[in-house]
Amino acid sequence: MSQLREEFQITAMDFVTAGEASSRIKRILKKLGVNANVVRRLSIACYEAEINLVIHSMGGKLVLLVGENEVTLISEDVGPGIPDIRLAMSEGYSTASENVRMMGFGAGMGLANMARNADRFHIQSKVGEGTRIEMIFMIKDSRAEDKSEVS
Amino acid sequence: MKLKEIQALLDARGLTGEENPELEVISACASDMMSDVLAFPKEHMVLLTGLVNPQVMRTADMLDIRMVVFVRGKIPGEETLEMAKECGISVLSTTHTLYIASGILFTHGLFTENQE
Repeated sequence: MSQLREEFQITAMDFVTAGEASSRIKRILKKLGVNANVVRRLSIACYEAEINLVIHSMGGKLVLLVGENEVTLISEDVGPGIPDIRLAMSEGYSTASENVRMMGFGAGMGLANMARNADRFHIQSKVGEGTRIEMIFMIKDSRAEDKSEVS
Repeated sequence: MKLKEIQALLDARGLTGEENPELEVISACASDMMSDVLAFPKEHMVLLTGLVNPQVMRTADMLDIRMVVFVRGKIPGEETLEMAKECGISVLSTTHTLYIASGILFTHGLFTENQE
């Protein structure tokens, strides 16, 4: 059962506020006394997810759930969806525009980096509807063997 | 390597955090792509970059980076510097290119290998 739930709305292509939700989530976890390495891994994954929402989605949200033994981070958007998840998970593959690359993003590392930093990673996407990513981080920093699951 | 040493080696101008000359780093990352910086984080790292938008500070904050060096004489806008101050990040600016600045720090002993 979650002891804390926070939700953050993310606006598409808003580079002014991009990252604010991740900063707030990081501060919440530090205040709760979560292990520094876990906070760092979660912050990286969270920021990657937030930037992806800004760059690729038509708007979405980040949901933070803090439980007794684990922290869950959910990224949900309203489209356009990912046609080929396995291809999107490949490091270096990106559909980001030149403008986004000039902002320093869109190198095609985001999804793979999220999976690398999370203890469990699950992504679902439907073209025309949207994408949902769920990442779980164990509070004791004991990384699970089976790290990623793609469906 | 301490902030004051990096500032001297790169003949850099301090933009924020000069009150902390003893701030020390043990690794470095040089890139204009924040995606790459996020993918290869190191402990106690200085970030060298030619990118000057606020997302540089956001990226640094997520990775607990406390020192950023802007290269090619670039000076970020007030918004970026304000964010650096809020996050407690020391900011320097050098006229050296990214390649040369990295080379200077590397040849003076700032390696990143064997720190996993």
